[in-house]
Amino acid sequence: MQKALIVCFTVAAVSIGALAGADGHISDKQIETAVKARKAHMQLYSFHLATLGGMAKEEIPYDADTAAAAADSIAALSGISQAGYWLPGSDNASIEDTRALPAIWEDGSDVGAKAGAFVEAALLMQTAAPTGLAALQGAMGPLGTSCGGCHQNYRQSNN
Amino acid sequence: MRVTKGFVLKTLVLTGVLIAAGLWLTRPQHLSSDALVGTVAEPRRGAIVYAAMGCASCHMAPDTEDRQQLAGGKSFTTDFGTFYAPNISTDPTFGIGGWSDIAIATAILKGTSPDGQHYYPVFPYGSYGKADRQDIADLIAYLRTLPADQTPNKPHAVSFPFSIRASLGGWKALFASPDWTVSGTLSAEQTRGRELVEALGHCGECHTPRNILGGMQRDNWLAGAAIPGSKGRTPNLRAQQLQWSANDIVAYLKTGLTPDFDSAGGEMVDVIANTRQLPDSDLEAIAAYLLIVGAE
Repeated sequence: MQKALIVCFTVAAVSIGALAGADGHISDKQIETAVKARKAHMQLYSFHLATLGGMAKEEIPYDADTAAAAADSIAALSGISQAGYWLPGSDNASIEDTRALPAIWEDGSDVGAKAGAFVEAALLMQTAAPTGLAALQGAMGPLGTSCGGCHQNYRQSNN
Repeated sequence: MRVTKGFVLKTLVLTGVLIAAGLWLTRPQHLSSDALVGTVAEPRRGAIVYAAMGCASCHMAPDTEDRQQLAGGKSFTTDFGTFYAPNISTDPTFGIGGWSDIAIATAILKGTSPDGQHYYPVFPYGSYGKADRQDIADLIAYLRTLPADQTPNKPHAVSFPFSIRASLGGWKALFASPDWTVSGTLSAEQTRGRELVEALGHCGECHTPRNILGGMQRDNWLAGAAIPGSKGRTPNLRAQQLQWSANDIVAYLKTGLTPDFDSAGGEMVDVIANTRQLPDSDLEAIAAYLLIVGAE
């Protein structure tokens, strides 16, 4: 799975040919829709994390089916191709309205490996969530902190 | 007034005396040799102190995930220059393996090196100085269990006049206050939280705005601050502004997930890697303390 994700991120870098116009140009419109799509993707993670997190914090009652549905959704989302989201030129030095740092695209970027670790944590949660509250709580730490894997070096801090 | 040779000479002598007196008054401070007497060092407790103090966050090698290999080398961009974290592994030559317990405690609590120099306050002794002696004794015992590493230290790139270490005595006298910022009557839990936030966790170092000389503005305690070398700011943690429950704070320090289910970012990701190792009772104490910041 991790390999698949790394491949998927590598593809993001090399598949631009397929996404770009005949002259190799990526339009502003393409960048805009890519940014919208990746924000929506993050929003969906957050939406389903809220269900799991609410249960982990014991603010909403644990329910195995609801927990399983949320964890399945996160796992499924983590497997969706993001190849078209991360277009070169869609960083916060190039455009407004994004916090994606140029480091994502720079040499030595390990964003693919970090994303792979998140996928692993999402699969761990998928297994844990239906089995009981304690297991869900145990999987919450690895899942939550794996979000930080990318947000540590590749997302601009708020201002 | 005619400026005589005698007047010039007197002025020079007086200036020299004042500078000497200032340097003497602000000379590097040492712990007394009996400062750790009465503590019983316990490395297992020290592992928790190590996580709470975030030692690994600065001293582990950049681009590694091994939180026990304290090779140093991470760079810190500040308004005063670029600093590099030193090797604090147990290697006797390249690290601190050859230092006595008192020498290590003096470094942490007083910001003074074994050769009697001031450390730059990028090493947060201004916060650590308030730490409980028992916690420090435990920490030192734990540090001695960690592996040796033979990475040489990198010299700091600091510009004049900050390159004169003697001037740091004045900085310490002005800003490394031995007093707690939140005082008054605190519960046992809030008191433990204060030890964790104000001393060990040194949260104020990033979350409190600084004045022009780099001292923390204590009347703006934990009110959020600019992040050096970045466009971002650290968030305001004062209860009135943060508006998080104790449960929210504990969950965040365990998972890095905010009450809105966004995740921690930037340097805070690494802080969470430390705080998630703390027992629930400590995270609850941090929350109990944060909920009274700004309300006192």
